[in-house]
Amino acid sequence: MSNISFELNKGELAAIVGINGIGKSTLLRTLGNFQPKISGAITIEGKELSTYSELQIASKISVVLTEPIASKNLSVYELLALGRQPYTNWLGKLADKDISIINNSIDILELKPFLDKKCFQLSDGQLQRVLIARALIQDTDIILLDEPTTHLDLYHKVQILKLLKSIAHKTNKVILFTSHEIELAIQLCDKMLILDGKENAFNEPCKLIENNNFNTLFPTDTISFDANTGSFRINK
Amino acid sequence: MSKQPTYSFHFIALLVILLLCFIINICLGSVSISVLETLKALFGTATENSTYYIVWEYRLPKAITAILVGGGLSLSGLLMQTLFRNPLAGPYVLGISSGASLGAALLIMGTSLFSGVFTFSTFNDITLAIASSLGSFLVLSLVLVVAARVKDTMALLIIGLMFGSITAAIVSVLSYFSKAEKLQQYIFWSFGSLGNLSWMQLLIVALCTIIGIFLSIISIKPLNAFLLGENYAKSLGIGLQKSRYFIIVATGLLAGSITAFAGPIAFVGLAVPHITKQLFHTTDHKIQIPAVLCCGAILMLLCDTIAQLPGSVSVLPINAITSIFGAPVVIWLLVRKRKMIF
Repeated sequence: MSNISFELNKGELAAIVGINGIGKSTLLRTLGNFQPKISGAITIEGKELSTYSELQIASKISVVLTEPIASKNLSVYELLALGRQPYTNWLGKLADKDISIINNSIDILELKPFLDKKCFQLSDGQLQRVLIARALIQDTDIILLDEPTTHLDLYHKVQILKLLKSIAHKTNKVILFTSHEIELAIQLCDKMLILDGKENAFNEPCKLIENNNFNTLFPTDTISFDANTGSFRINK
Repeated sequence: MSKQPTYSFHFIALLVILLLCFIINICLGSVSISVLETLKALFGTATENSTYYIVWEYRLPKAITAILVGGGLSLSGLLMQTLFRNPLAGPYVLGISSGASLGAALLIMGTSLFSGVFTFSTFNDITLAIASSLGSFLVLSLVLVVAARVKDTMALLIIGLMFGSITAAIVSVLSYFSKAEKLQQYIFWSFGSLGNLSWMQLLIVALCTIIGIFLSIISIKPLNAFLLGENYAKSLGIGLQKSRYFIIVATGLLAGSITAFAGPIAFVGLAVPHITKQLFHTTDHKIQIPAVLCCGAILMLLCDTIAQLPGSVSVLPINAITSIFGAPVVIWLLVRKRKMIF
């Protein structure tokens, strides 16, 4: 995979889409500094990612991963409070500022009814909202999410994506996620990156439709893209 | 709206229970000494010399050993369970106990086999302690070398278990070729014992325990972050490799020094963190670390009180008591809760 180039500005919600195994998650993990890049440049505010220390990156990028959290015995509030770790003292004590940031995110994501619950008591959709809140509490300019809508029904998928959109616009953050929900992403995202291994087009969804970029995403003998409705059709 | 309780009532209650258990433990023993006499001896106003001697040279070191062993093993159990995010992990998963067994077995049984190579044929508590600490540090450092190469913590868990199997195999080969009396000596070591420590040895264990506790305290933040998983911990700015080393070295110091002097004491390290989590409904290590230290110390004092069979001269092996009385408690706790979630 080569020839990927894109840039995101503050306040933009963007999706990475592509076929299984093309490298969406790998790209996201590389951007999040979980694995070293092979070649090319990743910059935040004009500065190369690898020149930041781990703690500096922790205050620039927060993540929501596909892997389940290790201890489901964490209470929701404990999990949210861990988002403040890059800023707390050596014992992890929450200052007044930390608590007000946590409470602010609790309000945005409407988590008040769940605060005392343990994570294993939550549904998938609720847990995803808690994890997004935790990323928000980490108070970074960039939030990376790896397939945030898997395991959710259509209603909750839309709910999560609309939430991400409003967070990106209201709090002026860069939010980048990988997804298989191409049709939803077309409707909600500001920008999209289509990984097809060749062009790897990056643009606003409507421009991508105009340029017929979605047609090459899947083998055309099975699935084709209908530009008028912005949706995929099965070729019978 | 801060939702993090400090559990001060729980801690005060635990400390009171700990003090009570400590006094009961000192007051009961094979020789019947009244509570008043024991306390008098403790504060140096004993009327009889023998009472003073029994309390200061035997019962007090044993009680303090019980506190250190119980607290230290429980803490290292908690560290391992969090590091490996596995409720079945204990202080011995890194091969510490098997390494100590190997050292002890080589000294007790190996010397008779290789009498031509090794010139000394006698051993005492000190050489036994040295041999078992050498053994546990040898295996632990092998695991550390491997840990630097593997990135995956779960692989480390398996590697620790494999080292355990290898050493167990060597020990069984040694026992197969040993004389019955040597085998018996080895078995006695493996029963564990709290009563054989001099004040000097106690000081060494106490020092290692304090360093272990210190390393655990400065690892509180990484430990809490590990509850989310290693990738999340990394994204929170935690230096994974460094934190892993701190936690492994802390466990090595705690479990290694204790095993060297008191033998491989099973069960406590695995069970106490679970018991503690039933009392303290939080995963925060700021609360969990002092809590397991208290609970472990209390449990060990109680087990030791039972093991010395108050009023009789015989003493039961401590290793058996911890499991016989402790395991049903854990089973009961878990059955009552029906579901165990790490």
